[in-house]
Amino acid sequence: MGVNTALKQTALFDTYGKYGAKVIDFGGWALPVQFSSILEEHETVRTKAGLFDVSHMGEVLVEGKDAERYINRLVTNDVTKLSINQAQYTAMCYPDGGTVDDLLVYKLENEKFLLVINAANIEKDFDWMLKQANVEEMTLQNISNEIAQLAIQGPKAEGILQKLTEIDLSEIGSFKFAQHIAIDGLKDVLVSRTGYTGEDGFELYFAAAQAPVLWEKLLEAGREKGLKPCGLGARDTLRLEARLALYGQELSSDISPLEAGIGFAVKLKKESDFVGKAALIAQKETGLKRKLAGIEVTGRGIPRHGYKVVSETGEEIGVVTSGTQSPSLKKSIGLALISVEHAEAGTPLKVEIRNKLIDAVVVKTPFYKRV
Amino acid sequence: MTQATASLLYSKEHEWVLQLDGNRVRIGISDYAQKQLGDIVFVENPQVDDEVTADESMGTIESVKAVSEIYAPVSGTVVRVNEELEDAPEAINEYPFSKGWLAEVEMSSPEELETLLNEDEYLAFIKEGEE
Repeated sequence: MGVNTALKQTALFDTYGKYGAKVIDFGGWALPVQFSSILEEHETVRTKAGLFDVSHMGEVLVEGKDAERYINRLVTNDVTKLSINQAQYTAMCYPDGGTVDDLLVYKLENEKFLLVINAANIEKDFDWMLKQANVEEMTLQNISNEIAQLAIQGPKAEGILQKLTEIDLSEIGSFKFAQHIAIDGLKDVLVSRTGYTGEDGFELYFAAAQAPVLWEKLLEAGREKGLKPCGLGARDTLRLEARLALYGQELSSDISPLEAGIGFAVKLKKESDFVGKAALIAQKETGLKRKLAGIEVTGRGIPRHGYKVVSETGEEIGVVTSGTQSPSLKKSIGLALISVEHAEAGTPLKVEIRNKLIDAVVVKTPFYKRV
Repeated sequence: MTQATASLLYSKEHEWVLQLDGNRVRIGISDYAQKQLGDIVFVENPQVDDEVTADESMGTIESVKAVSEIYAPVSGTVVRVNEELEDAPEAINEYPFSKGWLAEVEMSSPEELETLLNEDEYLAFIKEGEE
């Protein structure tokens, strides 16, 4: 297939073809959008388990006496609350409260942290991190190219992964992880109970060269439980149903984490100052003007990124950030950044789809929650 | 293997055209096109009596990921649309040449058919695009 060879590739690129992947340009990376079908893969993750190559994600290692203090000034959440082997979802802001990126902070040791950032933002984020790191006693290392990441997600994920390791996975709680784990002979894997699908599951971090071997071993171990390779198309519909933000859509330099509804990851009362704190406090005190709301399109049409949202009286009130035909709910759903007075559940509104105003209504999120 | 059907004509936008009676044609998208789109979840067909113009949009098809235009392969008046697609757009993935047809058009300029590709030409055109 004619994919531009200038695109960046993960260590699994040569393996995709064997599994029938359709490879596309995804923000400068050649990545599989699907293997069999987005709907089928989505369903597999909701009912069995799916395996995703997410090695394009970036990793930055922060090490040293001042690592914790530095990170706490960089991000919105409070990393002093983390225990070793615990991960935390957080955001990184500009002074005006706009978002640089959303990320996971892994506390590896008291003076050693791993920051996991979005692929499209690796250079921007790392530059930003260096800029904020003037006086501290610590080192920052962009190790994105050395680390591969696989995500195994779905109700059968734990059972499948358990077949390949001696450690008791049931002891790893949500947003906890274990380090230096052997997975069927492969050494030094970080096993984290995290994910981006709304299902239980794990994310595995390890040396990139091991990726093709671990991919095959996992698929083999999961075959009888229905594990299937899944692409980024299903990852997107899964995360949207679970209302997980995607940088570039729900979050951007123009959208604050408070507006995007990830206030749970913004600790305005933490002791440490952090970049954007004053702006975010001001935003909270004066009240948000716009916020992210879930919408369901009740007329005929699918909301898509960038479509206008209009009130019942015809006033333009915002924009769709993400939308799709929900495979689990069989409904047309989306997230929209709209003025707060229209953001309450039950409010009727309209989405402009190809010059037509189509009926929609604000609904509670997440759209999908696992039982 | 991309399936095609010998009696059909094709546009470079991957629509097929089946000649019915007189100047009436049935339009759909090719097997190659449905595979490229992936799971189709929404179809916006033109309405009966709409005028369509060759190479201009006559509707949209949405897969899970993307919105794609349907380009009219010929000009004319829409005389019938496949209403089944409203509730079962996946018919295009399953049966692109039969149950997944889109619309029927009474051609205003039947000579436009001469600009379309026959099956061999179409398959060669796809192959060229993949190289």
